[in-house]
Amino acid sequence: MPISPNEVLLRAEGISKRFGDNEVLQNVDFTLKKGEIVCLLGVSGGGKTTLFNILSGLMPPDSGKVYLCDREITGRPGEISYMLQKDLLLPYRTVVDNVALPLIIKGMPKKEAREKAASYFAQFGIDGTQKKYPNKLSGGMRQRAALLRTYLASDGVALLDEPFSALDTITKSAMHDWYLDIMHEIDLTTLFITHDTDEAVKLSDRICILGGKPGHILCEIPIDVPRPRPHDFSLTPAFLNYKRQIAENLIL
Amino acid sequence: MTKKLQSIISKLSPAVALLAVVAIWAAATGFHLVPSFMLPSPAAVAKAFVSDFSLLLQHARVTLTEAFLGLLLGVVLAFLLATLMDRFELLYKAIYPLLVITQTVPTIAVAPLLVLWQGFGMAPKITLVVLTTFFPIAVSLLDGYRCADPDAINLLRSMGAGRVKIFRYIKFPSALGSFFAGLKVSASYAVVGAVVAEWLGGFEGLGVYMTRVRKAYAFDRMFAVIIFITLVSLLLMWGVAVLRKLVMPWERKEKGENQ
Repeated sequence: MPISPNEVLLRAEGISKRFGDNEVLQNVDFTLKKGEIVCLLGVSGGGKTTLFNILSGLMPPDSGKVYLCDREITGRPGEISYMLQKDLLLPYRTVVDNVALPLIIKGMPKKEAREKAASYFAQFGIDGTQKKYPNKLSGGMRQRAALLRTYLASDGVALLDEPFSALDTITKSAMHDWYLDIMHEIDLTTLFITHDTDEAVKLSDRICILGGKPGHILCEIPIDVPRPRPHDFSLTPAFLNYKRQIAENLIL
Repeated sequence: MTKKLQSIISKLSPAVALLAVVAIWAAATGFHLVPSFMLPSPAAVAKAFVSDFSLLLQHARVTLTEAFLGLLLGVVLAFLLATLMDRFELLYKAIYPLLVITQTVPTIAVAPLLVLWQGFGMAPKITLVVLTTFFPIAVSLLDGYRCADPDAINLLRSMGAGRVKIFRYIKFPSALGSFFAGLKVSASYAVVGAVVAEWLGGFEGLGVYMTRVRKAYAFDRMFAVIIFITLVSLLLMWGVAVLRKLVMPWERKEKGENQ
């Protein structure tokens, strides 16, 4: 059954988690609609990565439930693809074998998985790197390969934990533009974590601020600027305004 | 001094050092500083080496068979045990101290027991080789498994991989580097282990031959055997290095291009 736009893809209800005496998340409610790019913003140690671990099923919550298209997936990994902070390309596999890994794990025959993975290389701007080992690739290339792997692992939803934080400013900016384009082409719904407010405003349809002790969603800021956004969006007063809104809400 | 000259010198230095040792040895015997029945001259040893070569090869066949079989068994056992110990924490806690203790038992003390239990054939030699080679491989594999990146494991879990797939795609390949480091040590132990076991009884093999020439006070031949064993061990270690490059091509490329 095709999912129409604006339909809720991912839904989290009342997620709470504590580690010993430290209550990290309390009653986090959250939804992600088809085709959205949503940013989860918050201070370090505020529970963002914990929330990602719970959404991806790697960690069970103490209470609360996670649904994907109304199907409960709480504590079940393998349903939503998750790109961890590092690109985590395995040094002992060629780039194409790295990218094909989620398909192989899901049971696709090796040859078919390789062919399917290779068919996306040009679109992701990493054509020609198929047979190389990851240590031969630049940071930007590695990130693209990791994103392709994340995409192939997904059924339409991807969680990205600080996907661009390891890149230098210039590469980062180029990756942002590229990412917005490719997102549109491949129809991927994304939830990502960042510390970078500029990045958050530039990329997101909606920013969720996670904060407080224990962590919960403090507020949601929709970025109502239609796409494709103007090239100088980050230099406009509107952009600055969003940043101010974020700053005001982050101090708590 | 140019860079090229420097690199030539640094490459030649071990050969020069070796030549110096041989020269001192030749001088010590040539000027009769040491009586020749105690220390034969390099020339005498070289002569013995050449004249005994076919005999040495014949005995080496037996010793190498023992070393190879022992090493192979050692690798298989080490792999099984290390993998189980990695999988079951309790097994790790129970067995690890035992493993360390077995290493402190001197092989030379165990060898006669093995001969008593298993006779004069190949069995006690192979067993001793297994005992000596097993430990370095098991420990290096265990370390390798434990060094696997926990984030990479989480990544695979998030893709829906179970234990077996995590082992196959993350743990095992992550452990390959340290496995080969252990194998290199074990390969050199294997030949020595087989020779030591042969000293204590047997019909064929470099160790048996060594005991014979020692009893005959043929020190030139004795030295020839020692050098032969050294060469064989070096050859084995080189073989492990070649195997490593074949199995881990991603390492090779990294070095070759070196930006």
